[in-house]
Amino acid sequence: MTPADTALVVVAGAVVGFDTVSFPQAMLSRPIVAATLGGAIAGSAAMGLLCGAILECFALETLPVGASRYPEWGSASLVGGALYADAPGGSTGALVMSVIIGLSGAWLGGWSMVRLRTLNAQRARRNHDAVASGDPRVILGLQLSGLTADLLRGAALTVLLLAISLPLRDVAARGWTQSPDSTRLTLGIAAMAVAAGAVWKHFASMPNAKIIMLAAAVLSVALVFFA
Amino acid sequence: MTSKTPPLPLRTNVAMFVRLLAIQGSWNYETLIGTGTGFCVEPALRLLPGGPDGEAYRAALARQSQYFNAHPYLAAVAVGALARAELDGEAPKQIERYRRALCSPLGSLGDRLVWAAWLPFCSLVALGLFGLGAGPLLVVGGFLLLYNIGHIWLLIWGLRVGWREGLRVAPSLGTPILRHGPQFIGRAGAALGVLALPLIFDRIAGSGPSGIVRLAFGMLVALAAAVVLVRLQGRLEGWKAGLIALTLVAIYSTLRP
Repeated sequence: MTPADTALVVVAGAVVGFDTVSFPQAMLSRPIVAATLGGAIAGSAAMGLLCGAILECFALETLPVGASRYPEWGSASLVGGALYADAPGGSTGALVMSVIIGLSGAWLGGWSMVRLRTLNAQRARRNHDAVASGDPRVILGLQLSGLTADLLRGAALTVLLLAISLPLRDVAARGWTQSPDSTRLTLGIAAMAVAAGAVWKHFASMPNAKIIMLAAAVLSVALVFFA
Repeated sequence: MTSKTPPLPLRTNVAMFVRLLAIQGSWNYETLIGTGTGFCVEPALRLLPGGPDGEAYRAALARQSQYFNAHPYLAAVAVGALARAELDGEAPKQIERYRRALCSPLGSLGDRLVWAAWLPFCSLVALGLFGLGAGPLLVVGGFLLLYNIGHIWLLIWGLRVGWREGLRVAPSLGTPILRHGPQFIGRAGAALGVLALPLIFDRIAGSGPSGIVRLAFGMLVALAAAVVLVRLQGRLEGWKAGLIALTLVAIYSTLRP
């Protein structure tokens, strides 16, 4: 990646991190979107999409419910997609490492969101009297400072992930000994296990869902064998 | 009383809508989206007698910026209803009581409809398109378009119904989309998930030299692992297990001579 590409990845990382909760929650932060965007910046949207689809299978399991702690997929997926698209020769080792960076970065991103929310709470507590008196400048200030801090959080996280992961990606790309076929199979199994578990956890409790799933499974097998 | 309130000026409506997109900007563990709610209602409060310099404005803004919790999209219902209540001059105690009462239904309805149904469904549609061989533009564009039709519709609907009904908004939450939507989308998601997963697996793992046998073997191993993850629900998160497994694979595959 050129310095200009790297700068663009940092800006995009800030934007998708910002999208997760603060603005506008349009799901630019979903792995399948963010990693594809990262890949496009680094030169191959298709490679970014592959990395993003794998990460999306893992992300299917997590629900961004209010006060619960959940991974922040946006910035980390963007870095993962960019790293894989930029990998020399599109090595499958680099793909595995990009997915690992996406997953561990999402974990770190989730932690950083908790820290930011704690800081927002401290700021809200300090300004409690002004808020209770309906001071519009303080209320607007709290909102804008929270938004700005989240944008900076996304940018800082992206810079940190890029700095840590570039050398790791290169080590994996150079020293990978497993065949591309078995590496892709391993990745597929890991992603599919989590995605299948997530589909079951989210939907199996719906009325008639198990019958629908069984019918869909039969249809799916029939399609695979007869198509 | 509520029927006498004039329609909100377009500019105020647009300002409230745009601010709703940033309602969680100062999300914190003390007031949750309380400050954000005040921030969203504020453009309407400028219409109170005395304008933004008046006493009524400050008192209403203070009320609307206290603790509040709801799903960020369905918070639009509360923002519309509370703006209407303030401009109608409802009693402060009644507004505060109503504000507290809205938290729970707007949180649980939104979580069930959006986070537990609509988002995973749209995600599976995107993954299904990927599995069918669609390119980046179709997968990403299709996902963003589909998801945000629901997202933007909920915000606009919420703001309109909240403003129209004011403190009588509760019955509107029984609308069929909110009541039956999660089940309907959930059933569609269940079918889509089962149909799409083999295609996604095939595209991630690649057909390889032994084609269908490899696909069947991989899917069986993945399903066995999925059963374990479902059984360990609450004790082990799948994505963390996946991270650990892939890290071990990476260490082995990189360090092996």
